[in-house]
Amino acid sequence: MLIGIIVLVVIVLAVIVFVVMYNGLVKLRNRIDNAWSQIDVQLQRRHDLIPNLVETVKGYASHERETLENVVQARNQAVQAQGPAAQAQAENVLTGALRQLFALSEAYPDLKANTNFLQLQEELTSTEDRVAYSRQFYNDTVLKYNNKIQTIPSNVIAGMFNFSEREYFEGEDQAREVPRVEF
Amino acid sequence: MYEQIAANKRRSAFLIFIFALIVAGVVVAINFLISGGVVGFVIAAVIAITLSFVSYFNSDKVALRMSRAHPADPREYARYHNLVEGLCIASGLPKPALYIVDDAAPNAFATGRNPRHAALAVTTGLLEKMNRVELEAVLAHELSHVKNYDVLVMTIAVTMVGIIALMADFFLRFMFWGGMRNNRDNQNNSPLGPLFGIIGVVLLVFAPIIARLMQFAVSRQREYLADASGVQLTRYPPGLISALKKLKDDTTVVHAASKATAHLWIEEPLEVEKQSISTKFNRMFASHPPIDDRIAALEAM
Repeated sequence: MLIGIIVLVVIVLAVIVFVVMYNGLVKLRNRIDNAWSQIDVQLQRRHDLIPNLVETVKGYASHERETLENVVQARNQAVQAQGPAAQAQAENVLTGALRQLFALSEAYPDLKANTNFLQLQEELTSTEDRVAYSRQFYNDTVLKYNNKIQTIPSNVIAGMFNFSEREYFEGEDQAREVPRVEF
Repeated sequence: MYEQIAANKRRSAFLIFIFALIVAGVVVAINFLISGGVVGFVIAAVIAITLSFVSYFNSDKVALRMSRAHPADPREYARYHNLVEGLCIASGLPKPALYIVDDAAPNAFATGRNPRHAALAVTTGLLEKMNRVELEAVLAHELSHVKNYDVLVMTIAVTMVGIIALMADFFLRFMFWGGMRNNRDNQNNSPLGPLFGIIGVVLLVFAPIIARLMQFAVSRQREYLADASGVQLTRYPPGLISALKKLKDDTTVVHAASKATAHLWIEEPLEVEKQSISTKFNRMFASHPPIDDRIAALEAM
């Protein structure tokens, strides 16, 4: 009788531990997917801001045609880019073009005083931050997930149900430099 | 960074554990002296937990009203909103309600019982004096208080202080009204009785003070933890270091702060405590560690 109860308790506990660990892994895996799509959301936001910025700058510095065209072109290429590698490449080019645009604005005091421009500048800076932060969050989540998959005891369940390790997002050296704009 | 976070969490858990031991010690001491310790504990626990529960569920409202905070307009304070949104993405937290305190002294605090009910408040002085990177570091520190459930941790600490203080108070009153006498008759058969009796009384007199000190120790530990986990969000210790240096150089007092809300702010908001923080004794009664020590911890990352 007593042995029966002990066996029952052990089985119930084992089932609970199993369910909790399995669910934990599933939740983390879903969070990784969500974090990955958040990166795209933030990149999209950046693309949406650029036409406005170009229009505003045009009003003050219309003869800087080349720089402006570079930005527009880089933006369009970034929108069309397919696949993570091509996307990262295009975003890097866009970052460079934007940096040039903001460097150029230093020469136009009127532009720098324009509230619309300042607002866009703030928006773009914070969007750059968000892109970086969403990538960071993705990597943090992957770290947590991979830790669980590799450590005892959750590695047993991960092995049984084919939870496989995920890869980190690795930016290129250039992408790590966020175009900081001095005010 | 990861080691510092883990070490800070271990130390907080250890402090809370010691806290529980003190509560248990007080129960035992009273039981020994007047054989009513468990009853006293139940009464004290019910009172302290009820009071704490009320304050826990209203913590955000009370703190915000006491510091006269008003909601931050998303257009007027675009940078403030943008920075917090970015940090929320980095931490996976929902965006807290954002408030402004009209005050020239640079400071900030976080409140709310869980991430869904969280609120951040910054003074107008902070927005003026900090550059973007520094402001982000301060906000990351505050958001970390939310992430680490510091309102909950401090509520537990305050509850234990309350239980200990109430029990010690019960006991001293009881003794004053002659409760001791009955007890002596019971204990006379043990030769060590009087000695333990004296030790017990001394412990009970000092227990509330020790509990207070523990509460401040927990508070300081949570500040180190918030610094470390704030940097985990921004991945940029120099930002917080330079923000802390600015806070140190600034000696303005936050007018809307009081002793009751002191532990919430990013640095000691009150002048008195700022000046006297250098002496060892006063340091034990401070809700925040000295800024120099915090900077040293950040530089060691």
